[in-house]
Amino acid sequence: MTTIDPHLATAGTTGDRADGALSSLAAWITTSDHKKIGRLYIGASMLLLLAVAVVASLLGIERIDATSDLLDSGAMPQMFSLYRVVLTFGVVAPLGLGLAVAVVPLQLGARSLAFPRLALGGFWAWLVGGILVIISIALNGGPGGGDPEMVDLFLIAHILLVLGLIATAGSVATSVLTTRAPGMNMRRVPLFAWGALIGALGMLLLLPVLVATLVMVAIDHYYGRTTFGGNTGIADWVGFAFTQPATFVYAVPVFGFAAEAVATASRNRLPMRGVALTGIALVGTGLLAGVTQTDAALPRDVLQQSVGDFIQDVLPYLLLEALPLLGPVVLLAVIGLALKPPVRPRISAAFVAGILSAGMVFTGMAGNALYQVGDAQLAGTVFEEGAWLYVSYGLVIAALGALTYWGPKLWGRRIDDKKSLPLVGLAFIATVLAALPYYIAGFAKQPAGATQFDYSGPQNLWNALSAAGHILMLLTVLAFIGLAVSSFRTGDLAGDDPVDGQTLEWATTSPPPADNFAEVFIISSPEPLLDLKPARTAVTEGTA
Amino acid sequence: MHALPPAPAPAPRRQLFVGTSLACAAGLMLYGAMIAMFVRYRKITLAVPGSEWKPAKSVVPEVATNIMLISFLAIYVFVQWAVYAARRNHKSYVGLSLGLTVVIAIAVINAQAFTWFQMNLGVRDGTYQTLFYALTGTFTVLMIIGVVFSLVTVFRYLGGRTNDREIVTAHAIYWYFVGAAFVALWFVVYVTK
Repeated sequence: MTTIDPHLATAGTTGDRADGALSSLAAWITTSDHKKIGRLYIGASMLLLLAVAVVASLLGIERIDATSDLLDSGAMPQMFSLYRVVLTFGVVAPLGLGLAVAVVPLQLGARSLAFPRLALGGFWAWLVGGILVIISIALNGGPGGGDPEMVDLFLIAHILLVLGLIATAGSVATSVLTTRAPGMNMRRVPLFAWGALIGALGMLLLLPVLVATLVMVAIDHYYGRTTFGGNTGIADWVGFAFTQPATFVYAVPVFGFAAEAVATASRNRLPMRGVALTGIALVGTGLLAGVTQTDAALPRDVLQQSVGDFIQDVLPYLLLEALPLLGPVVLLAVIGLALKPPVRPRISAAFVAGILSAGMVFTGMAGNALYQVGDAQLAGTVFEEGAWLYVSYGLVIAALGALTYWGPKLWGRRIDDKKSLPLVGLAFIATVLAALPYYIAGFAKQPAGATQFDYSGPQNLWNALSAAGHILMLLTVLAFIGLAVSSFRTGDLAGDDPVDGQTLEWATTSPPPADNFAEVFIISSPEPLLDLKPARTAVTEGTA
Repeated sequence: MHALPPAPAPAPRRQLFVGTSLACAAGLMLYGAMIAMFVRYRKITLAVPGSEWKPAKSVVPEVATNIMLISFLAIYVFVQWAVYAARRNHKSYVGLSLGLTVVIAIAVINAQAFTWFQMNLGVRDGTYQTLFYALTGTFTVLMIIGVVFSLVTVFRYLGGRTNDREIVTAHAIYWYFVGAAFVALWFVVYVTK
């Protein structure tokens, strides 16, 4: 018996086709292959992205005209809950985690993910919990819901969903800490794997606080108490996990991917790699505000306070709100160095997506830092939603680039870069369209989570632009899914290293066998394939 | 495929130990958050003059709760004894120490049930009661997980997997975590009340 999966090109000769659809389904449901688990996560979260983009589009259209009766006004709290919960915990967190599950063991030179069945169990808990969350919100549950039983179901399902993410995050973090190839110390860990580690550790520390809160609120609500404000208090208690800066933790892998894509495109080693790793890690400090559930906003007229009061107000703000922002500043500086002339980067969908997604998440982080300044008077406005959208859709852009980049390793076939690149561009435009108008409307005092408002300025225009952004994102993701499905079914077979990569995933076949590598590699630098390629060229020239 | 130099299979890097440690860190965050919410509501309630936090008629059975605390000292000794014995391949001592850990852990669960019975609180009767049951219920779940972990460890070890010492170490780490959680529970709920 072999434990190695056949290469895609020869799969048809192995007799595996004789297996029935049922056994194939069972194999998927019970798989311990990290690539399949990652694909399950990615596929499910992309489908949920389509669903939430529809909800976001409807909410956007509803906000264009205050007299609109497109949606029942009584259903608005549920719609906003659905939008928040599903985009954050149905798309952003699992999409980054799914990519990490699929790719990180390959980058580490590992034969498998640590605790793969834990990761798989996490996926099913997340999926079942997510479906129940959606059902409960749709049936008048969720924060502010009117049906007590559905509110209970929402809380319990949410606990299940988050426990699933914690389990998978534990698996990813343990993989990076324990399954690296010989010679790969922590300074040599690939940049995306480093981002995945920081994100997973952040989730491991942040999400249990959310579980604790949900358990308390669920017990309180189930027994008819109102200690935590009953159904209307749920959003206040668990909202910290859906807003900035906690959302930065879910988006950390974006920066790892951006750095990785830039290094590959530049065909050089990333300069000041230690600084880049520090920058990525700094983004993870976003969890500090989450775990302490502290809103470290700067009060108004902070500059007119006494020195003692000033320090007392400014220090928490700097630590909890501004420190995560330092991460992308550092990383973008390193990226700038990497692309300094005479370097001419190879323009690809992954490279463009990496740069744009890091820029979008950075814009969201900067927006959050501004939102917390009292003198800006943005509290309670849609400005916060704009920042959240920049972070969330920023991760979606990164996912489109990452799927194009690592598609060969996950499916064995390539997505045509020329077709993927315009879609990345469209996703960028959609993100700016969806989020930027809320930044502007926030200054005009458009209230958050409301469909009826009246303020001076072209309020219809801002909301129409945002709705158009959501619709464009929906169409773009739909087109990308279509492109990916057709490419992975009938596209060109990929070579082992079609992107001229630097890290270990490009040293195995496309797709890799079930246990990834036929041999164990000894690593002597962060870019093991770059060490090899000049030698290979020299040998070729010598032979010629 | 590139011809990178092959190497022997890497030595295990204590995967179970690292994974258990991460799980314990997550558990500490979970339990710490619950304790923090208990303390916060106690402070809010007691800030109102004349208000009552813990019902006066309900008395904490301090003998039982103190014995639970002391039991954790014994658990700490036994789990570390198991690690010590496993390193020296003393199979019978490993089995004995892990078995004693299970017995004491069940005794702690029993003491917790006794505490619930003695305090005679209704979960819907007030904020204190709700939070009390949330905290002690979560602690009991952690204890039950610990008992299962101990049983798995002892069956694996006595079943012949004596080279698998890492699980004994990971098992010890888990009990250290549960002990730390109980110390916080004991101090906040049973001592300062």
